[in-house]
Amino acid sequence: MYDLEGYWEAGTVEEAVQLLEDHPAAKIICGGSDVLIKIREGKLAGTGLVSIRGIPLLQKVTLKENGDLYIGAAMTFSHLTSHPLIRRLVPVLGEAVDQVGGPQVRNIGTIGGNICNGAVSADSAPTVFSLECRLRIEGKAGVRFSDMKSFYLGPGRVNLAQGEVLTHIVVPREKYEGYAGHYIKYSMRNAMDIATLSCSTVCKIDLKKNVLEDVKMTFGVAAAVPLRVPKTEEALKGQPLREELYGLAAGLVRQEINPRDSWRASRAFRLQIGGEIAARSLREAVLRARAQEEVRLRGPKQQEKVQIEAEQTGQQQEIMQPESDQHRKEVR
Amino acid sequence: MPEQMKMIQCVVNGRKETLCVDVRESLLDMLRNRLGLTSVKKGCEVGECGACTVILDGETIDSCIYLAAWADGREITTLEGLLGPNGELTRIQEAFLEEGAVQCGFCTPGFILSAEVLLRRGEKLSREMIRKHMAGNLCRCTGYENIVNAVEKVNRERNE
Ligand code: FES
Ligand code: FES
Repeated sequence: MYDLEGYWEAGTVEEAVQLLEDHPAAKIICGGSDVLIKIREGKLAGTGLVSIRGIPLLQKVTLKENGDLYIGAAMTFSHLTSHPLIRRLVPVLGEAVDQVGGPQVRNIGTIGGNICNGAVSADSAPTVFSLECRLRIEGKAGVRFSDMKSFYLGPGRVNLAQGEVLTHIVVPREKYEGYAGHYIKYSMRNAMDIATLSCSTVCKIDLKKNVLEDVKMTFGVAAAVPLRVPKTEEALKGQPLREELYGLAAGLVRQEINPRDSWRASRAFRLQIGGEIAARSLREAVLRARAQEEVRLRGPKQQEKVQIEAEQTGQQQEIMQPESDQHRKEVR
Repeated sequence: MPEQMKMIQCVVNGRKETLCVDVRESLLDMLRNRLGLTSVKKGCEVGECGACTVILDGETIDSCIYLAAWADGREITTLEGLLGPNGELTRIQEAFLEEGAVQCGFCTPGFILSAEVLLRRGEKLSREMIRKHMAGNLCRCTGYENIVNAVEKVNRERNE
């Protein structure tokens, strides 16, 4: 038996807000893969729970008319990874959450929960930062939108008041259109492990000028909250796309991040790894952006065909890192 | 807290069940204690080992970190549900025996269900993919090689 003080199920967001007001000590539970474990460990023992997992609105991914992508907070990791809109518009996000725990946990855990737990090691966080997603939060006072930076307050702490519910993670159209990304999780084991360090790079290239037009890079576990590296980003923008770019990125990152010594890894090791995964994720993101641009420049007809093909083969294909090898072949 | 019960209806191994469950109860406890389905093992109880794996609406989950109350309206399969009408084993179970993929057997029900869902997808699997999809199940005895061999064997048979 779980040590609960009470349990209530909300059928709508309004109901959830009301239940949280009525039970000021209750916590929100969605997938449960974090909250239930914390109860088991005793950290949250004796809490009341308001479940939002049954709210249909939160289990969908929708593309708004203006092109913004609304991701329901109660989407499980595995459903996100296989969702056609995610695969087409922000595959990097689907791949990132495919690195959480093992299959059983990915079928339970949700993206909203991953963000609201505020863990620095959350696999979704670096990509959500790099995509500059906005969070749609509903409460008694109405709806508000938050950026990621002001949402993450510290390890395990987020800016969500009692009575507020994160309903959607919004990827604005201008933040994903023309961009491609790649997430690398460095951990001791290949699965069922939390990251020692992780990096998500999202970039846009100008194929005609052969330069890196825009880049956003975020590290997990490099600081108390997910860490963007603005100095590195600024220095990389406008750089020509050639081999030196990646060494430059690695060096800049090692200057900018300030990781801690911990039992998981030393500071020196984290600095080394940080530079390396920055370079690798940038390299892969650039390759993907290039492939995407080439398709776009070939014209809309062709683009559609390629996209449909990609979706068809993608369906039978595992989403794993080796995908990159395929891209590489196509590009060269 | 005062006891809080919830009436749920679900299909377990093809049979419709109506149960009154405690809201603090895990699906693992419900399956073992109320329905006597003891193939569902209790290992770590924190979603690490996969011994408690069941198939819920076609996907594997750790039933230890899933509340019984959430099973309302769902379809659940445990290892018992794979049994043929005359007690026959499924092909993947036979393959586990042939390949020596079972030692103490504690992890086996979970592994079989993970393998079952993976094999149902019908695609050709690399060893890497098998490993990735069985990563949520831990085994202290076999060293995994034989388990991967068993899944690979059945996958190969079906894709020949
Ligand atoms: S008992 Fe559920 S994962 Fe270990
Ligand atoms: S056979 Fe003993 S734990 Fe796997």
